[in-house]
Amino acid sequence: MDELIKILKEIHPDVDYDTNKKLIDGKVLDSFDIITLISEINDTFDVAIPAEEIIPENFNSAESLWELISRLAED
Amino acid sequence: MNRINILSYLEESAVKYKDKIAFSDEVSELSFGKMLSAARSAGSFLLEKGFYKKPVVVFMKKSPDMINAFLGAVYAGCYYVPIDEEMPEHRIKLIFETLKPEIVIYDDTTEESVRELLGAAKGEAAEGKAAEGAATIAEGDATIAAYKYKDAAAAQENAEALRRVREKAIDTDPVYIVFTSGSTGIPKGVAACHRSVIDYIENLSEILHASEDTVFGNQAPLYVDACLKEIYTTLKCGASTYIIPKQLFMFPVKLVQYLNEHKINTVCWVVPALTMISGFGTFRTVVPETLKTIAFGSEVFPVKQFNIWKKQLPGARFINLYGPTEATGMSCYYEADREFAEDEVIPIGKPFRNTDIMLLTDKGEPALPGEPGEICIRGTSLTLGYYGDFTRTDEAFVQNPLSRAYRELIYKTGDIGRYNERGELMFISRRDYQIKHMGHRIELGEIEMTADRAEGVANSCCIYKKSGKDARGKIILFYEGSASEEALLKELKERLPRYMVPSVIKRTDRLPLTANGKIDRKALTSSEDS
Repeated sequence: MDELIKILKEIHPDVDYDTNKKLIDGKVLDSFDIITLISEINDTFDVAIPAEEIIPENFNSAESLWELISRLAED
Repeated sequence: MNRINILSYLEESAVKYKDKIAFSDEVSELSFGKMLSAARSAGSFLLEKGFYKKPVVVFMKKSPDMINAFLGAVYAGCYYVPIDEEMPEHRIKLIFETLKPEIVIYDDTTEESVRELLGAAKGEAAEGKAAEGAATIAEGDATIAAYKYKDAAAAQENAEALRRVREKAIDTDPVYIVFTSGSTGIPKGVAACHRSVIDYIENLSEILHASEDTVFGNQAPLYVDACLKEIYTTLKCGASTYIIPKQLFMFPVKLVQYLNEHKINTVCWVVPALTMISGFGTFRTVVPETLKTIAFGSEVFPVKQFNIWKKQLPGARFINLYGPTEATGMSCYYEADREFAEDEVIPIGKPFRNTDIMLLTDKGEPALPGEPGEICIRGTSLTLGYYGDFTRTDEAFVQNPLSRAYRELIYKTGDIGRYNERGELMFISRRDYQIKHMGHRIELGEIEMTADRAEGVANSCCIYKKSGKDARGKIILFYEGSASEEALLKELKERLPRYMVPSVIKRTDRLPLTANGKIDRKALTSSEDS
C-alpha cells in the first residue's frame, strides 16, 4: 500500500489519498494519470490490469485500487 | 449560388432534417430545427445588445448548447471564441489580454467562474439580471458584459436585423478564434474565416464519405479546431453527433460499449484515445460493432497499435489526418489501406483538394525528391493569422518564395517532412520545441516561461521524453532556484491547463549549458536515461 501511495503522490503530491475517495468522480485523476498509473502499477507490482477492471469503481480511492492490485496478484 | 457562410449548412439541414437530432450528450439533445431557431434568437439577442463584428467568448460546459452559442454569435455577424470550462483563470486572463473581449456567454456550470473572472461583477449575474445588462466590469477602459446562454437563446428573433447582417457578410469574415499554446508564454489566437471552413468541410466530408447516415462520436474538445469535423460535417450532411463524456476516455471498455450502444459509425479522434483502447486489450472484452470509419490525427499512430485495430476491424476505413490549426483543421490525409510493418510509419499522405503542400529547404528552395524540407501550406485553408498579433502572424504566414511576382501567402508549419518512394508525404519531426502530448499541441517554451515567473525559480528547461514499451511521452521540467518541487507543481497547476502540467519536476543546482551558453537539452534528456 505504501508503494502505491508513493506512485500516486508522484502524480499528485497535493492530494490526501487516505481521505479522498473521489479520485475519479472529483476529477482528480485524468486519462493521462490513469495510463501512467496502470503502467507504474505494472512495473512495480508486476500486475497487468485488464481492460474490464479499468472502471471508475476501482480507481476512485487508493484503497479500492489497492484491493484490485491484491486481487489480481493472487490470481 | 456559391456558399459563402457556414450558417447555410444549418439552414439547409433545418429544412431537410427539421426534427432529426443533430447533437446530443448525456443530458440534452438538439434537433436541426431547434438549433436554427435558438441560434437565430441568440444572434438577434447579441445584435440587440449592440454586438456586431466582435469576438464573442463562449465559456460553457461542453454541450449541444455550446455549439449553438457558436452559431448564435455567427448569426450576429460576430465570431466565437470557445473557452474550456476547466481552463485555469490565469490562462483565461492571458487570453482576454489579447482578445479584449466585450462579451462573454456563460451557462449554469460556468456562472461562478465567470463571476470570479469578471471580479467586480457583484453577483448581478447570479441574481438573474443577466438578461438585463448583466455583469459588467470596468477593466481598464473596457467593460465586459456577461450573458447567460439560456436567456440569449430564448430571446425574440429579429429576422430583419439578421437579414441585414447576412446581406453584408462576406466569406472572408472570421467564424472563430481558437487559442493555442505560444512559446513566449502567451497563448496565440488563430482566427479562421467562412471560406476556409467551407473549403475544409466540403473536402473532409468527401474523404470521410459522410452522409445523413453518419453518426459521429465526438472526442475533441470544443475549444480546439479539431471539433470542426463533427460540428460542420454534421450540419452540412444532416448527420448526427454524440458528444462522448470525457470521463469515458479513461475507461476503455465503457467507451467501446458507448460506441456500440449509440451505433456510432465514425470517429475522428486523437491517437491516444485509440491506443488507450487497443493498448489495454479492450477487444478481448468488447469489440466495436458499428464503427466503419476511424480517422485519427494529432500525432503518429504507433503501427503496433494500429495493426491491433486493423485486425479487429478489417472492414473499416482508417484515415490518417494531418494539419495545423493555422490552416483550418486538417490539410493532408492518408487512407491506411495497406499492411504496415512495425518499423514503418504511417504516411500523412497527400493534401486535401484545393490545398497545396510545398517542402522547402532552409534556403527557401523546393526540397529534392526524398529530401526533407519544412512543410509549407498554400491555399484557401490558410487562416487569417494570430488575432491582435501581426508580428507573429507575419513570421509564420509569409510570401511564397517561389512566386515573387504576385502576392501569395504560405503558412510555414515548422514541421519537417519528406516524400517516400511511393510519393506519400511523411512527417519527420519538428524544427522547434513544439510537442504533441495526449493530443494537445504544446510549446515547451510556454511551460518554461510560466515556471520562470514562479516564486523561487531562477531558470528552467522543459523536455519531452518518450520511453517505455508503449512510447508514452512525459513532460519533464528542470529548474534552478529555491522553490520546492511541490510548491512549483502547485503553482503550475494553477496557471497552466492540465495537459501542460509537467509529469515530473526536478530541482537541480545548475542546468547544464552547451558550449555557446544555451541550456543543453540533450544533456538533460540523456540524464533521464540513467
